[in-house]
Amino acid sequence: MTENISTLHTAIESYIPMGRSGLLPALHSAQKMFGWISEDTATEISKALRVPLADIHGVIEFYSLFYNEPTSKHVIRVCTDVACALKNADGILDHLCSHHELKPRPAGGFHQTTPDLTLTIEPSPCLGLCEHAPVALVNDDAETNINLEKDSYELGRPPSLVYGSIRMLTANCGNGTASLAKYGEYAALKKAMAMKPEDVIAEIKTAGLVGRGGAAFPTGVKWEGALKAGGAPKYVICNADESEPGTFKDRVLLIDDPHRTIEGMCIAAYAIGASKGYIYIRAEYPYIVPVLENALNEARGAGYLGKDFDIEIRVGAGAYICGEETALFESIEGKRGFPRVKPPFPTTHGVFGKPTVINNVETLCSVPLIISLGSAEYRRIGTEKSPGPKLFCVSGDVVKTGLYEVPFGVTLRELLDMAGGVANNKKLQSVLFGGAAGAFATSEHLDVKMTFEDLRAAGLPLGSGVVMVFDETRDLRDVLKRLGHFFAHESCGKCYPCQMGTQRQMEILDRIADGKVLEGDVIRLQDVGWTMTDASLCGLGQTAAGAVLSAMKLWPELFVEGQTSKVERQ
Amino acid sequence: MSITLVMDGKELTTEEGKTLLDAAREHGEDVPTICYHEATTANALCRICVVEVEGMRLLQPACIVKAGANMKVQTRSEKVDRARKTILEMLASTMDLSDAPEILTMMDDYGASAERFPDAERRESEVKDDNPMYVRDYSKCLLCWRCVQVCAEDAQYTYAINFEGRGYETQIGTFFDKSIPETSCVLCGQCVGVCPTGALKPKRQFMLEQGMSPNEISVLNTGRKRRKEK
Repeated sequence: MTENISTLHTAIESYIPMGRSGLLPALHSAQKMFGWISEDTATEISKALRVPLADIHGVIEFYSLFYNEPTSKHVIRVCTDVACALKNADGILDHLCSHHELKPRPAGGFHQTTPDLTLTIEPSPCLGLCEHAPVALVNDDAETNINLEKDSYELGRPPSLVYGSIRMLTANCGNGTASLAKYGEYAALKKAMAMKPEDVIAEIKTAGLVGRGGAAFPTGVKWEGALKAGGAPKYVICNADESEPGTFKDRVLLIDDPHRTIEGMCIAAYAIGASKGYIYIRAEYPYIVPVLENALNEARGAGYLGKDFDIEIRVGAGAYICGEETALFESIEGKRGFPRVKPPFPTTHGVFGKPTVINNVETLCSVPLIISLGSAEYRRIGTEKSPGPKLFCVSGDVVKTGLYEVPFGVTLRELLDMAGGVANNKKLQSVLFGGAAGAFATSEHLDVKMTFEDLRAAGLPLGSGVVMVFDETRDLRDVLKRLGHFFAHESCGKCYPCQMGTQRQMEILDRIADGKVLEGDVIRLQDVGWTMTDASLCGLGQTAAGAVLSAMKLWPELFVEGQTSKVERQ
Repeated sequence: MSITLVMDGKELTTEEGKTLLDAAREHGEDVPTICYHEATTANALCRICVVEVEGMRLLQPACIVKAGANMKVQTRSEKVDRARKTILEMLASTMDLSDAPEILTMMDDYGASAERFPDAERRESEVKDDNPMYVRDYSKCLLCWRCVQVCAEDAQYTYAINFEGRGYETQIGTFFDKSIPETSCVLCGQCVGVCPTGALKPKRQFMLEQGMSPNEISVLNTGRKRRKEK
């Protein structure tokens, strides 16, 4: 172990000056060396970074992808979330386990390691590769389109399938990574820097840009708040913790066109006077990290970064909640990803308690577009109240799954037509709209225009642009069961409604899926759902029952006592 | 500066900067709390103190939301009662509330049934009796965070305990499940003092409850005896 400890010291040396904020990077590099984090390793990191032992343990315990028991350096993570489940994800996981003489997947989804530590297999929440379902992550590579019958799969960088009626945000997507030479000079940044910061913000406001991560908060208002806030330094954060089941748009934007996001961050930094930026990317996208590192180096070489503003990459560690902005700050600070109470808001008290602008990848990618075109031209795309282009992540039972760029205002029917309609000549049963935190749509919603205002009127959240299609043969109770497991797995445990509510919701949904409904389960499920919705501390709990409550309204028969047969809806 | 707001139809006057909970209590209005404690940072995590504020979509935790001029607050709306009752019922299906009389009373107040969630997985764990000062029975823990807070920045800066797991599986624990004497714990007892549910209990009280007589306790198994022998 002494030899290991000295190599560990070398590996984590660069994180020591960061103090506690260096904790996640240090744990990542220790785990890369040993496969897991032992008591000795954690003790050494504690001494080096001066973080209390109990706190380090708390952090390791919080993040799904940190292990404090013997785990192999070789890990296969099989996605068992909704889109992959439609394509036999459970069968693939079982096959892999039995092939490697491990038990079939144990309830609760714990990982398993072979006795000689040569392989660890675990089920995983959505890996953000839904258009290539079923998928797995093999160490740092994406394994896509797994087909057990043909014994085939693709391994490595996941391909991008980009379609739609316009190509603005995705102009450089679909042909591998666009280098800086291909992306061209940061013309929008240059144009922005010739303007006053206030005018840049005014332009973003006039363009009507709102956040694309799910909350739809006006971007310009956020920036204005951070510009006016006292305190230094100021931060710009790119939220690339894309983990909403069914969402993969940010993955495509970052891997194919990293400079668009970086330029967006540079413009934001100029507008608010930020000196430091972070790209917080989920650990399930390891293959994007070197692409980003390379792009950041290109941007430094060209002088866009490194002088007044620079960007650091932070990698998450398996926690959906860290996509919640304040939980993400905590994670950067080296803590468990507990969301904070708001107010105060990030614009005044963000990461390290300093003024911070945090935006989703797609939001940041819209920024150079708005500055280049000018807000008036930008507003010609989309509708009056929902201007601009929008990305939709189409997955499930359609002919052509993939990323679709369309102007706001396209109907669901038009989008599904672009995707070739329901696969295998089946009929449409429903669409999970907006993600796990979204709601279900049916054929009655096909002519709803996809804009913020029309969707709101129809009771559908745009969320992160998820359109997951289920054909008439699918058992929605299995879909709901998986959503239930997802939220129970991802609740941080801080506030009571969500901590216990996601568990109780999962238990009831399990019973419903098994046809073992108890008397009173419908009311129980509603009370739990509304309690989470009304009283939870953050967006996770507030939306954890959204899809379930929408399904209860649409298909009350699914939740009926003694229900055992599959309900088909015409 | 004093401000006036309307709570349950009555006009209340309070000082600017006070929370809705302060305002309610100053005027004898009852807003229940579980995680809130005057000596610890309010985290608004139990959500039992939520109230309905006109114009706000979500229920608001009274322990941290500041009273605002002309705010219209309802402390017992239908939404509020549903949330409180359901939270209490979920608690009763999760943990052992036998040492938490205040919460049991609250359950009566809200008509909450301890049997509301049949077949629910409970959070159960073995009693941890590993030091001369207190025992830890996490089957009775409702995760109010107070012990972790007083062990850290809210009081002692000892950092002996933190969280294990996540979500429903969360529990209070030590570094790699070490016994208390192996941690940085200084046996200050502040965690025991702020525990609302008897999950942390003085060793002596625990032994008395086990049916031991004071005499037996004074010679058995306590730190004091070991110290005398030195």
